[in-house]
Formats: sequence, C-alpha cells, structure tokens
Amino acid sequence: MLRYIGKRLLNYLVLLYVAVSLTWILAATQLNPRGLFALRQPPVPESTIDAQLSLYNLNDKVPLAERYWTWLVGVLQGNWGYSPLGVSVNDEISSRMWVSLRLLLIGTIIGIVVGVAIGAWTATRQYRISDRMLTFLSLLIISTPAFVIGHLTQIGATWFNNSTGTRTFEFIGESGDVGGYPLAWLVDRAQHLLLPTLVLIVLGAASMSRIQRNLMLDSLGADYVRTARAKGLPQRRAVMKHALRTALIPTGTYVAFSVATMFVGATFTERIFNFPGIGQYSIDTITYRDVNGVVAVTAFAGVCVLVGAVLSDILVAILDPRVRLQ
Amino acid sequence: MTIENQVKQRRTQAGQTVLSVSDLHVTFPSEGGLVRAVRGLSFDLAAGETLGIVGESGSGKSVTSLAVMGLHPSTTRISGSIKLHGQELLGQTDSEMSQIRGRDLAMVFQDPLSALTPVYTIGDQIVEAIQAHYDIGKAKAWNRAVELLDLVGIPDPKTRVRSFPFEFSGGMRQRVMIAMAIANDPDVIIADEPTTALDVTIQAQVLEVLKTAQRETGAAVIMITHDLGVVANMSDRVIVMYAGRPVEAGSVDDIFYRPRMPYTIGLLGTVPRLDEANRGALPVLEGNPPTVVDLPAGCPFVPRCPIATEECSSVEPVLTDAGDPNHWVACHHLDEIKAKGLDHSVLFPAPELAERELAEIPRGERPVVLELRDLKRHFPLMKGAIYRRQIGTVYAVDGIDLDLRESETLGLVGESGCGKSTTLLEILNLGRPTTGTITVLGKDTSRLGRAERKKLRRDLQVVFQDPMASLDPRMPVFDIIAEPMSVHGYSKSEIEIRVRELLELVGLEPGHAERYPQHFSGGQRQRIGIARALSLEPKVMVLDEPVSALDVSIQAGVINLLEDLQGKLGLAYLFVAHDLAVIRHIADRVAVMYLGKIVEIGDVDEVYNDPKHPYTQALLSAIPIPDPKTERTRQRIVLSGDLPGPADPPSGCKFRTRCFRYATLGEGDRARCRDEVPQLTVHGADHRAACHFAD
Repeated sequence: MLRYIGKRLLNYLVLLYVAVSLTWILAATQLNPRGLFALRQPPVPESTIDAQLSLYNLNDKVPLAERYWTWLVGVLQGNWGYSPLGVSVNDEISSRMWVSLRLLLIGTIIGIVVGVAIGAWTATRQYRISDRMLTFLSLLIISTPAFVIGHLTQIGATWFNNSTGTRTFEFIGESGDVGGYPLAWLVDRAQHLLLPTLVLIVLGAASMSRIQRNLMLDSLGADYVRTARAKGLPQRRAVMKHALRTALIPTGTYVAFSVATMFVGATFTERIFNFPGIGQYSIDTITYRDVNGVVAVTAFAGVCVLVGAVLSDILVAILDPRVRLQ
Repeated sequence: MTIENQVKQRRTQAGQTVLSVSDLHVTFPSEGGLVRAVRGLSFDLAAGETLGIVGESGSGKSVTSLAVMGLHPSTTRISGSIKLHGQELLGQTDSEMSQIRGRDLAMVFQDPLSALTPVYTIGDQIVEAIQAHYDIGKAKAWNRAVELLDLVGIPDPKTRVRSFPFEFSGGMRQRVMIAMAIANDPDVIIADEPTTALDVTIQAQVLEVLKTAQRETGAAVIMITHDLGVVANMSDRVIVMYAGRPVEAGSVDDIFYRPRMPYTIGLLGTVPRLDEANRGALPVLEGNPPTVVDLPAGCPFVPRCPIATEECSSVEPVLTDAGDPNHWVACHHLDEIKAKGLDHSVLFPAPELAERELAEIPRGERPVVLELRDLKRHFPLMKGAIYRRQIGTVYAVDGIDLDLRESETLGLVGESGCGKSTTLLEILNLGRPTTGTITVLGKDTSRLGRAERKKLRRDLQVVFQDPMASLDPRMPVFDIIAEPMSVHGYSKSEIEIRVRELLELVGLEPGHAERYPQHFSGGQRQRIGIARALSLEPKVMVLDEPVSALDVSIQAGVINLLEDLQGKLGLAYLFVAHDLAVIRHIADRVAVMYLGKIVEIGDVDEVYNDPKHPYTQALLSAIPIPDPKTERTRQRIVLSGDLPGPADPPSGCKFRTRCFRYATLGEGDRARCRDEVPQLTVHGADHRAACHFAD
C-alpha cells in the first residue's frame, strides 16, 4: 500500500513539474513585464529597466533557456522569485494562503454539510413541493454569477446596517475598527467573515445539494434499502443508515478536492469582500505581469489538486470497504 | 426473554391460517395512466404451507408481495384486506408495519447482488435485522448471526460473518438473504423470484436452503416465480395470475394435471421439457400479455384465447370452483373445457414447421461449417490504475474442440463463467485466438485478410440475448434490418424488397417496417434481431441466449421460428443457453462446458438420457421439471460450493473440487483426478465425456 502511494506521488510530481514548466514558458513569453515600465513618466532609461528586470530574472533579452534554468534552480532551492517590482512571491503566497483559508474554511465546510443535508432530504421528498422549491432555488443560485450574489448581499447588509443604525455587517477586508472590550478582535473578524461566509455557504450548498440529491436518488431506489425496510427498519433509519451512507462515498471525492483547493481561494468572493487571498492574487499577478507570481500560483493550485487527489483516494478507501479490501 | 419464548407467545398453532388476503386491489399512477396491477386477489395461507404465485412480467405477482409487506410506494392505492393472524395490515402506520416486517413477515428478493448494502459486513446486516426487533445484547446477536449462517450453509461462518457482501458469490449472498429473513423466526416468508438471477446448480442449493429454513421456522412461504419447474418443486398450492387477475388457483396437482383456464393450459403446454425429446413444434400461445393500463372490459386473455366468445369480451369471469372446492378457475367456458377435456393440443395446436431436408443426410456426410480445434483464449489479469501489471491469467476458454455441420444445431451449455460467451466472441471475432484454430466454412480465421474477413462475416451472423439492448432505439426497423446489407453493398431496390421479405419470414407485418423498436414487444424485437441476422443470408448463426430474456409464453414462438428457419434455409446454429430444457428441444447435439473446457459432448438424447460426466449429471438433476409428481420422487444431486474462479482453476480435472464422485474415490484414484487432466473418451455412437471414472 505504501509503495503504491509512493509510486502514485512520484507520478504526480512528474505531472506537476511538466505543468508548472509549461506555465512558466507561457507566462515568460507572453506576459512581457517590460511593458510595465513603458508608460512611466518620466521615461525610465532602458538600462535601468534591464537592470531591474535582470535582477528578478525577468529580462527578455536573456535567452529563455537561461532564464528557465535560473528560475528552476531558484525553485529547487525553495525560492519562487520576485515580482517585477521586487516583492517576494514566497512571502505573498505564504501570507495569502492563510487569508484564503480563514475566509473559506467555515464557509466551505458548512456549505458542504448543508448541501449534503438538503440534497439527501430533497431526494427523499422527490417531486413534492419542498423538493421542487429547493430545486428551483438551488438552480437559481447556481445560475446567478457569484459577483451578483456577492453584491446583492452587500446591498442587503448595507440596508440592514442603515435601518438598524448598527454596524452588524462589515464587508471590507479581514478586519476593521477593533473595539476596546475583551476578545474584540475576534468579534471584529467574525463580523467581517459573516457576509462572505454566508455567500460561500449559499453557493456551496446550492451546487452540493444538486450532486447529493442525484446520488441519494440512486441509492434510495437501491435494492438494499428495500432489504433494510423489509428487515423492519423504519423509513428514516433505513434511509440514514443504508441509503445516505452509500451515497456519501462519491461525495468523499468531492469533499477531498474542495478541502484541498480551499487554499487556492474563491476569486470572486475575495475580490468583492476585499480579502487579500490567493484567488485575488492570481488575478493581480496576471494584471501586473508578474511572471513568477503566476507560475507560483499555478504550482500552488497544482499541489492543492494533487493533495486533493491523494486525500480523496484515502477518504474513499475509508468509506468504501470494496476499495479498502481489494 | 429469549427470542424463542417471544416467538412462541405470538405464534399461532400450525395448520391455522396465518395470512389471509382477500379481494386485494393495487393501483398506482404511471405516465400512461392508472396501472391496475392487482385486481381482486384472495388467498389464505396456513403455517408451513407453500403457495406458488405464477405469472409472466406484468401479471402483478411482485406488486402483490410488496403490498403484503407494505413496501409499495406511497402513491400506490391498495384496497381489500390483508390479515396476519387476524390482524388487519392495511391502514397500519409505517412504524406499526416496521415492527411486523422482518419479525412476522420476511422477504427474500430476486437479485442477491444488489440486495445487501455494500458497505456493511454480512454480520452487521444480520445483527441489524435481529436488533431491529429484539433487544438482545450485541454478543448474543452476533452468535445468532453465526448460527444462522451455519444453518443456511455458509462454510466457516465464524470468519465469514465479518466479510463484506462483495466477498460473497451470488448464491452465497442469497443464502445470507435467507438467513436474514429467518433471523426472527417469521410466520410468513415471501420469496420473490429468489433464484431467477442464479445458475441452475446454485438454484438447486438455494431452493434446498429455503426448504430447510421453512422446516426450521415452520413458516408459510409465498413463492413468486415465472419458472414452472420451481413451482412444481416447491409449492403445495398455486395461484396463476394474468394481467393482475388470479385466473386459476388450486393444489399443485390440480394446476399441473387438470388445468382448466386456457391460459394455464397454454402456459404449461408451451414449455419445453427437460425430460422429453423433441416431439416437433411447441404449441404456441399467440400474442403478448396485455399492459395493465386501460384494460378493456372482459377477460384480459381474450385476444390470445382460441375459445373466446362475445361474453368473454364483455364480462370478466370470476373465480368459480371447478368441481373441487379447492380448485378455482376464472373462465366462462369452464364447463366446456372440463366436459370435453380440452388440453393444449386442442386449444393451442403446434404450427407446421418446415422440414429439414438436409437432416435426412447422415451427419458425417454433411459439410462442416464451423470447426474449433484446441481453441484457447486467455486474458491477462491486470491490477493497478496507473502502473498496470499482470498478476495472473484468466483461462476463459482452455482448449475446446467442436464441429458444427450444415443444417444442425449444436447447443453449448454451462453456468455463468464457464466460457461459453468467450467462445462465441472468439468465433465472431474471426481473428487469431490465443492458441488453436477456428475454421469457418473451410477458412482458417487467423489467416484472413481484411477483405476476406468482411466477406466471411456475411456467412456468420449473431442473435443476441437482450432484444432491448441489441436494437438501436433511434433507428426504424427498416434501417436496422437494412444496415448489414448496405454495409455489404446491396443495391437500394434490392434492400427494399429484402427487408419486406425478411419481416414476413420472421412473422412480422411488413407494413411495420417504419416503426421503432419500442413499438414492439420483447418477442417481436427478438424476431427483428433474427431478421437482421438473416439479412445477409448467412450459413451459420450464433445464438447467444436468444430466448432467455423472454416471457415463458413468448419463448415457444421464437423457438419454433428458429426451427422453421433452419428447415427453410438450411442454417447451422450454434445455440448458447443456460436453459437445458430449451437446448434439449432445439439442439441436435450438445456440448457441456465447465471452466473453459468441454466436459461432455454428443447427441442430445444420448447425453440427456445417459449423462456420463458428473457435472452433466448434477446440472440435469438440478433443473426442476414442471411436473409435481416427478419432482416429488426425484433425487437431486446438489453440488457443493461455487464455480472456482477461472484465474485459478484446480489442477487435473477442473471439476474435482465440486465433484460428488471424487468424494467417494479412494486416495489413489483421487490422485489421478488431481494430477491428470481427463480427456474426452468415447461412450457411445456420438457421445464423449471427459471423466476418468465415467463408467
């Protein structure tokens, strides 16, 4: 088993290396960091630009292969390079991933749990009014772009704050004015988290409930649920113990991926609520022609996905004896 | 209090009625309209008694079982009365029914592969069944689970109780289902097609287990099945259902020896018999069972009934007693049938079939159309998702010799996993087997070029098992039948004429060529499949279980058609089936396969009348015959265990691990079975068997 996992990891590493290298080539040839200096007033002398770009291994006058080698040597030493303006990519990633995690942890997990619960419940009430209503609602949410939902909740929150004259909802950044009472920092953080978390729960629950409903419908109709009922289990217990338990196996894969990719962030939510996380960083690096940043974000996302794959393998093995024992 | 005492408290005395169903009606909505699945079913069931409910698909027999269990969907409307020990079950809340289900009423379902929850151990699931009703400790419940597994014949129950369902074969899982059903000593066990998904030797084992379970618990059993042999073997009394209606009810002897309702008469007459040689065409029950949506007034059997009169189409007959208070028949013409003693030869005369002229020529003088010499097909057994590696070999077909001559039918029989489908695919592939040769019409298939192979395909056509899956639902029948011809370059006008000819040939309306497969019934679809296979005028037809997916009353028509076509066109059939009675009827010669080897081959009557190989003997003895008297006196050879995996077959004789003869041999003889692979030896004019000790 360990040998198998080891082999699998090695395979993933090769895959990751290829993907990241290709991203580097794409970014290095297409992003053109020199352009950043082109519109400066007064114009920056070319020699200064060259010097600055060379300092961060971004100079397009240096042959691609040489730059690639420099980049690779740096990465192997644990240094992912610098932005054209000299900000360390390592520092950015290491601080931003935690911002993303703080933002997403609660929202994602509650979203999954709520989604699974709603999906399973609506499946047992297929075609009844409650099922149709929730189906309609979740489809509405799924088909509404995230930034629309984000802004709508902000408008609602502002209205609530104004009409009650409080500042219950805070939605700019991770923290704001901290009061003087004990644990005020915690309350402040919670206030700032409330709205984005709500958005994440709604979005996550909506899509998860669709997936879970379908999985649950399959297993509700399964013969073994009928067997459980024939044994004398009441409907509720037969559904919870037999149908839901088997319907959760495929969900395990999904959960493993979402937990791992949580670090990569939710771009829209971060942007709307101004959380300086990885999702926002990925957009910024492209906008500011930050070759090393783009590559680092890609690599980071890749690692997260691979960890998700390994996690899902493990989780499925735990949930499903057929995988575990064969 | 122990389970035994609690059970005794509520158990009524044996002989008394435990379950009483009267005037049961079950109706549920569907897209087509209201489905009146059961209409007016009544019966009383005594303790220890077995009631067989027989019917084809759509007859309402499974719906009945779910209604009694209270497991029907909530949209179903049920009226009438279902009383258990005098207590009315209809109208009980689900939690009240939950206390009865699994304790007083237990059920065994059809498909054991999907009836157990895959993520819990066998033990967990049996314990759950016990603890759902009795508050006994965990350790006690587990002990009881082990006892139950032992009772139903699971070897090494102490270890196997911790196994998961996927570690059990289908037969073993059905034993577990039975163990679960009898866990709380029920009063009634409902078995809904409990052996339909199983192989015949496993079916024999499971039926024995069911009988044991019934003996141990004293329960009444409702045996729901379409298999008349199983009914004859198991039941004391029988109810025949047709289109949701009970049409005949009586003791098993009444039903089998004195059937009075034309449907029962026809059904019994159309079944090929394992114990009788082919005596010409089978009687045919024309038409199809009706759908139970929007049934017209009158007797639902009218469209298929040879003696229907106007009264039959307007008034639905009720069950009346046929001179014997225990024999009830729903037919307006009961008196006439009884007085004249009408049987199936009168009511459903067998059609005239084309004679096989070539059959007059001795077999040895007819040309060989298909020949297999030492055919082997081995598959590598792979493991791993990314780094795949071979961990073994599956010996799917392991050296078989066959020859098929013009205008004859060779039956290939064996249980699932014996390699008969692989053999077919190897032949159809027209390629190079692992070793050995396949010769079709004198051509060695491994030496064919592309063009030659395509040309040869015209002469070798196939009919598949599932007529639903083997016809493209989006193609009209005309296109389905025309497709092979356009591939082989027939002209448009030629195709046009031929499709109509073919439809007529297989007994379908040529005017229906523009319809789609869903407009046809199962039997008609299989006829379309046969027409498609015939379109290129092949010389050899490979038939892969062509009638096993069809209802009993439909099978006979398709079998007759195949025989008729053979007579008209001089076709040679390689007929694969697991139903040995069908093979006995249609085949001239039969080959019995076990784990990739032919263990016995020869003339059908010789093999069936005097089987030499112990496996053939067990196989023939395992099949229930639709004749209660014969069934009562038959001594069954029940094989132990399951088919070993083809990846790890036993050494020497592959059958020795399950062989009853091997068990009686001395050590020296046993060594011979272990070490020496038995070869086919001659036992008659056309009869060879591969057993060291076939006397």
